[in-house]
Amino acid sequence: MSKTRAIVISHGGVAQSLVSAVELIAGRGEVFQAVSNEGLSAADVVKRLAEALDATGAHVVFTDLPAGSCTLAARRLMRDRPALRVVVGTNLPMLLEFALRESPGDADVAAAADRGRESIRTLDGASVR
Amino acid sequence: MVPVSVELFRVDDRLIHGQVIVGWGKPLEAEFIALVDDEVAGSDWEQDLYRMGVPPEMVVYFDSIETAVFKLPAYLADPRRGIVLTGDVESMRELVERSGRVERVNIGGVHHRPGRRERLRYVFLTEEEEAQLRALERYGVEVSAQDVPTAAPVPLHELLVSGSGA
Repeated sequence: MSKTRAIVISHGGVAQSLVSAVELIAGRGEVFQAVSNEGLSAADVVKRLAEALDATGAHVVFTDLPAGSCTLAARRLMRDRPALRVVVGTNLPMLLEFALRESPGDADVAAAADRGRESIRTLDGASVR
Repeated sequence: MVPVSVELFRVDDRLIHGQVIVGWGKPLEAEFIALVDDEVAGSDWEQDLYRMGVPPEMVVYFDSIETAVFKLPAYLADPRRGIVLTGDVESMRELVERSGRVERVNIGGVHHRPGRRERLRYVFLTEEEEAQLRALERYGVEVSAQDVPTAAPVPLHELLVSGSGA
C-alpha cells in the first residue's frame, strides 16, 4: 500500500522543494507526492493531478495560490471526488504537521491548516530579546 | 490618440490565473476582465470557478464570442481599464475579425496539445493556429508573445521561426 497520503501541487518547483525539505527535516518525504503545473495547459493540470491521486490513493491535496491553475484543478476534481480534501496556501510548517501525524482523516487536514496559519508571524527588532 | 481602455487582449489557455490577475492586472491597474469563451459562457459552474480567482477590486464578465463582439465597443469606451481574455487563438481571431476593433494581441500562454509544435516555453501552436496568427497580422493587428510584462515581447515573425523543428 502506498505511503503517500497527500499530493502537493504548485507552480514551478515549489512542490518538489517543499517535499524535499520535509524529507530533510523529518525524513517523511514519502508522505507526499509533488506535482508541478509547469508547461501544462489547464486541462493537463487537472489530468496530472487526477493521475497522481489515482496512482497513490491519496485523498488530500495541498495547493499554493487560491486562484491559480493548481487550485482550480483541485476544485474541478472535487466535483466528482467527494472524499477529496484540499488545503490552499501551503507552507512548510503545514506539510510537516501533516507528515508527522499518524491518524488518517480530516483531523490531520484541519491540524495541518491550523499549523500553517499560526506559523505566520512578523518579527521586528524590538520584540526579539 | 484616443485612449483605449482595454489595455490587453490576451490569449491564455489557463484563462484567469495568477499571471493575468497579478502579473498583468496589477501594473495595468485593470478593473475589469472580459473572459470570452463559449464554453465558460454556457456554464454557471465554470463561471463560479473563475469568479473565485478574481479579487474584489476587479469585475469579471463572461461572454460568448458572439456577445463579446457586440459588447466590445462598450468595453473600449469604458472609463475603467480592462483585459479581454480568450482561451485560444481561434477565439481571439474570431473576435478580432468580427469586431474590427482590436489593434494588438498578446499571446500569453498556449500549452501543449497533440498537433501543436513548441515555439516558446509557453507557446505551442498547430499549423492552423500559425496561419490564423499570420492572418491577424495581415489584418493589421500587432501580434506578440509575452507571458509577463517584465519579459521581452517576442514579435510574431520571431515567434514563428523559433522552437523545435523550425
